[in-house]
Amino acid sequence: MMAYLLKTVWGCKMSILFSSEQKGATNRGVNPLQRFVYFWINNLRQIVTSLGEIWRTPVASVMTILVMGLSLTLPATLHIIVKNVQSINVEWDSASEISLFLNEGLSEQQIASAIRRISAYDEVDELRYISKNDAIEEFKTLSGFGQALSYLESNPLPASFVITPTARFRQAESAKNLLLKLQKEREVDFGKLDIDWLTRLNAIVNMLQESVITVAILLLVSVVLIIGNTIRLSIISRREEIEVMKLVGATEAFIQRPFVYTGLWYGLMGGFIAFIVVNFVVWWMQSALVEISGLYVNDFEIEGLSFAEFGWLMAIASFLGFSGAFWSVHRHIKEIEPNID
Amino acid sequence: MIRFEQVSKTYPGGFRALEKVSFHLERGEMAFLTGHSGAGKSTLLKLISMIERPSIGNVFINDKNLNLITPNQVPYARRDIGMIFQNHRLLQEHTVFDNVALPLVIEGYTQGEIAKRVHAALDKVGLLDKAKCFPKILSGGEQQRVGIARAVVNKPPLLLADEPTGNLDPELSKEIINVFEQFNDVGVSVLIATHDLGLIARMRYRTLSLKQGRMTNDGLSAENGLGM
Repeated sequence: MMAYLLKTVWGCKMSILFSSEQKGATNRGVNPLQRFVYFWINNLRQIVTSLGEIWRTPVASVMTILVMGLSLTLPATLHIIVKNVQSINVEWDSASEISLFLNEGLSEQQIASAIRRISAYDEVDELRYISKNDAIEEFKTLSGFGQALSYLESNPLPASFVITPTARFRQAESAKNLLLKLQKEREVDFGKLDIDWLTRLNAIVNMLQESVITVAILLLVSVVLIIGNTIRLSIISRREEIEVMKLVGATEAFIQRPFVYTGLWYGLMGGFIAFIVVNFVVWWMQSALVEISGLYVNDFEIEGLSFAEFGWLMAIASFLGFSGAFWSVHRHIKEIEPNID
Repeated sequence: MIRFEQVSKTYPGGFRALEKVSFHLERGEMAFLTGHSGAGKSTLLKLISMIERPSIGNVFINDKNLNLITPNQVPYARRDIGMIFQNHRLLQEHTVFDNVALPLVIEGYTQGEIAKRVHAALDKVGLLDKAKCFPKILSGGEQQRVGIARAVVNKPPLLLADEPTGNLDPELSKEIINVFEQFNDVGVSVLIATHDLGLIARMRYRTLSLKQGRMTNDGLSAENGLGM
């Protein structure tokens, strides 16, 4: 894009047919610096004018911007889902807990000595005891089967220890070894380490990531095509103006620039629409997840688009708008040849 | 200023629009180009404005061979030729001022310079008070004069006009030709294509006549013209 602009700065050649005579802005006391400044002022003017162009054809422009925005929303939303699932993954992986379910019919003393013994392990950072009664209470509040459980004659839930390993033993492999060691304690019926579902979650995340890339590429290509087509229609509708400009000596670049800027505007506005819709979707998912998340983690919050990601979204969107317009403009403006009859 | 050397133009499909046309329009000269429709007037103008290229032969402007001008240079070369069209070709959704300013905007003049030159050009064609109007509220003659102002605003040494009086009554045609004469008086070369033989007869200028692509007459339409 820079090269494209620079080509137009230095492309301001002077008169070709009458080069020996005083002709053209170059020879009329305009120094290169001034020319450079005017070039950017003119560009700025064209950028603003192209915004007005969008205003002049509101329906078509709004349609294009909406299509662009919604097309960007899908990959952006998938990205947010992947990002959040990964963050859960990281959180839970590092704080892997081991649940040890105790044998039936242990006395208070036996349990107390087990607590003392296991707490003394080097590998154990923290031990939390959940008695049979605690277990059933917790199950009642969380499961919603409160009423039904009261019909049971005896408490079917075992007492358990929830063990948090020290930092060194939190990794999957060492945690597994610790589990095997703990299971040899005579009070322990069996232990459980949630490694399997973590592996499964990882697989799902990987698959999601792959699909984000595929979906994103397909949608981004379609966005370029849509912008290209809108710009093509705009070129066709301004055919007469383009012909006149060519007749009075406008270069291809001069004619192309406003259309390219229009594409850039489409991109920026589409990106902003995507940003708004993504935030809405996040808010929506958040409210839907409040209950579920309340069950597992205290305050699980979906992480929306960060500022850097917002920047990326806008950059990608404006790049797509630019390339769609650039491609279209290069194909279609050359085709228009002026005629004088 | 304009020199044709044995120029032929054959369009794809075999239609021969011009055949071995040669003439030389001197610097500062004003001439008419005439002939029936289809005689090759438009083709001749298109060759000068580089819309078409000759099939055989060379076209020179200011002794520069147009065959040597690359497509990228064409826009810059066109800035030295002021062109006027039968249907004005004004941009209807822009004001008279903006229409006239277009060639200057393209060349990258400053705002102040643009305003100065546009006002000067509009003053010359007598339309200074119409600068803020849109073309559609102007009469046919006025629109044509806006077209002339646009063609002369960057002071090109050469003016080409394609049927500039085609849609105008004799009185207005005379007025338009007078405007061209004023520019000719200050040294601008002018070539006017027209089939309005009555208009040519009233003027005493060199007339180039085309018939089926051949130059059939190159001389004066009146007895005591400037000579060639």
